Amino acid sequence: MPAVKAIKGIGHRTVNAVWRIGVATRFFLLTLTHSGSGFRRFHLIVKELFSTGVMSLIIIIVAGLFVGMVLGLQGYETLKRYGSESALGSMVALSLVRELGPVVAALLFASRAGSAMTAEIGLMRATEQISAMEMMAVNPIARIVAPRFWAGVISMPLLAAMFSAVGVFGGYLVGVVQIGVDEGSFWSQMQAAVDFREDILNGVLKSFVFGIVVTVIALFEGYDAPPTAEGVSGATTRTVVTSSLAILMLDFVLTAIMFRGN
Amino acid sequence: MERTTIDLWVGIFVVGGAAALVMLAMKVGNLGTYNVSETYQIHAYFSNIGGLKPKASIKSAGVLVGRVTDITLDTGRYEAKVVMSLDKRYQFPTDTFANILTSGLLGEQYIGLVPGGDEEVLKNGEQLKMTQSAVVLEDLIGKFLYSKADEPAK
Amino acid sequence: MVFPKGKLIAIMGLSGCGKTTLLRHIGGALKPTKGCVKVGGQVVHELDQDGLYAMRRKMGMLFQFGALFTDMSVYDNVAFQMREHTDLPEEIIHDLVLMKLHAVGLRGTHHLMPSELSGGMARRVALARTVALDPMLIMYDEPFAGLDPISMTVVGDLIRSLNDALGATSIIVTHDIQESLKIVDYVYFMANGVIDAEGTPDEIRAADKEFVHQFVHGEMDGPVPFHYPGGEYRQDLDLKG
Repeated sequence: MPAVKAIKGIGHRTVNAVWRIGVATRFFLLTLTHSGSGFRRFHLIVKELFSTGVMSLIIIIVAGLFVGMVLGLQGYETLKRYGSESALGSMVALSLVRELGPVVAALLFASRAGSAMTAEIGLMRATEQISAMEMMAVNPIARIVAPRFWAGVISMPLLAAMFSAVGVFGGYLVGVVQIGVDEGSFWSQMQAAVDFREDILNGVLKSFVFGIVVTVIALFEGYDAPPTAEGVSGATTRTVVTSSLAILMLDFVLTAIMFRGN
Repeated sequence: MERTTIDLWVGIFVVGGAAALVMLAMKVGNLGTYNVSETYQIHAYFSNIGGLKPKASIKSAGVLVGRVTDITLDTGRYEAKVVMSLDKRYQFPTDTFANILTSGLLGEQYIGLVPGGDEEVLKNGEQLKMTQSAVVLEDLIGKFLYSKADEPAK
Repeated sequence: MVFPKGKLIAIMGLSGCGKTTLLRHIGGALKPTKGCVKVGGQVVHELDQDGLYAMRRKMGMLFQFGALFTDMSVYDNVAFQMREHTDLPEEIIHDLVLMKLHAVGLRGTHHLMPSELSGGMARRVALARTVALDPMLIMYDEPFAGLDPISMTVVGDLIRSLNDALGATSIIVTHDIQESLKIVDYVYFMANGVIDAEGTPDEIRAADKEFVHQFVHGEMDGPVPFHYPGGEYRQDLDLKG
């Protein structure tokens, strides 16, 4: 009965997945309810901002610059066919602000900061640091998880904004400085096309949502990891895979809600 | 690492992120050009607006003087009502002419204002009477073909 | 099982006989399926979250490999509970931390990170952290695991002296007989989740019960067999004749 077995397998996986989503949601709510003490001692969040935000700076800036430069090059080649090279600025800026900035920054954030978070918390669990903290009557959700959560949520929009800004600069470098598109039309077309509320704020909102999702996935996987070496490494992989998929799927949903009818 | 070093770096990070946001808003977005000065509103009716969209620019002699804020169909006269907000610094005579133009062959559509010679200037809420509709490319091609067909064969 | 105040008690037994489980019950990390654990007259598993946390403040627990917080310095590890549970000013915390570290002989290491310590030193720092708030009940989960003989003696002596200095009750879960027989007041032997034997160290050394004898002297075969129960040897090898 291989068919029955296969269907059983699908059923088992589905039940498991739903169960995990439920547990993760409860974990998320617990984190929110235990966030008060984290804000009372803000230095904990500052410390995590350093290890999530500041440590991701280099990769975000370098990646942003190159993505912007590629956009400038490709955009120019494509727009040239229609004789509208002057629209290069708006094309680069819109792609970055609406999509690439939030999405690529979130993907990089998931693999840089998210995996580190999972590994760190998984190791804390494996070496009984979390049990030790519980035995000291300190809630590990409040002390370990909540500061990291808020640091992630604060970092993500800032990183995405930097990514977009650097990317626009990269597009400018290639388009205007190297290829020689008219500088005035580059900026003026960009400003005419990019709306603050419609495009920039929606982009920030997107990255904010991605920040919540990536951080919750990373923290949950770490907190839930089996306390062994394989357990932690498996959890780290799952963090990157799950959050990348979640980012791309959510991006579609958010884009459909935000930009439809324009 | 020292606490003060961490504080410094996090400070740099947050300020950098905020600066990037401001840069996006002012330099990339239209916040820098849009709401900076006070505006006044006028409206005009067009029989066809083509591809004109809200927030399209309004130019006079090539200078940006305002933005389209609203476009509705007036069911009383079945014409498009376009509300424009113009920069207070720029005053236009009441007999100003409004054209819907296209930047480049396929570019964005915008409204071009050609001032008339009247002494009086347009005030907030007033109507701009002289308009010319958008040039619709399909109509243009159609006209061209008909005129060709009408030419007597040589 | 009773753990009277001021005494140092060892719980011994084979791996997997339920020693660590017992400690988790005392700490309230697990709920018993039957029976109950009372600490200071309170039934542990009937306490709510706040009550449990209040009770845990009076307990200290040393984990198997110390479980120092790897992202904090030695100083911050010892200061952790003082900062979390008290409003003491930083100067007093500073003095208290150095006193605790001095008691385990590691005052000079306060600026190091846990990864820079040797196993024995890490265990001693963890010990200092465990007694940071002067608990009334201290639990040690395998305090001697993975230590060299010198560190073992040092940690053993520290456990004894800290217990006497604090007037606390200590429970040591271990299978290192010789080291613990030297320092404890009373021993419980566990096998398969129940108490198999008990007595003072001298009684245990002299015990003629087969299991205890095998355990204390580390003999290979006895009531605990060398072979895991299995089928007939000849059959498993598929021999005929």
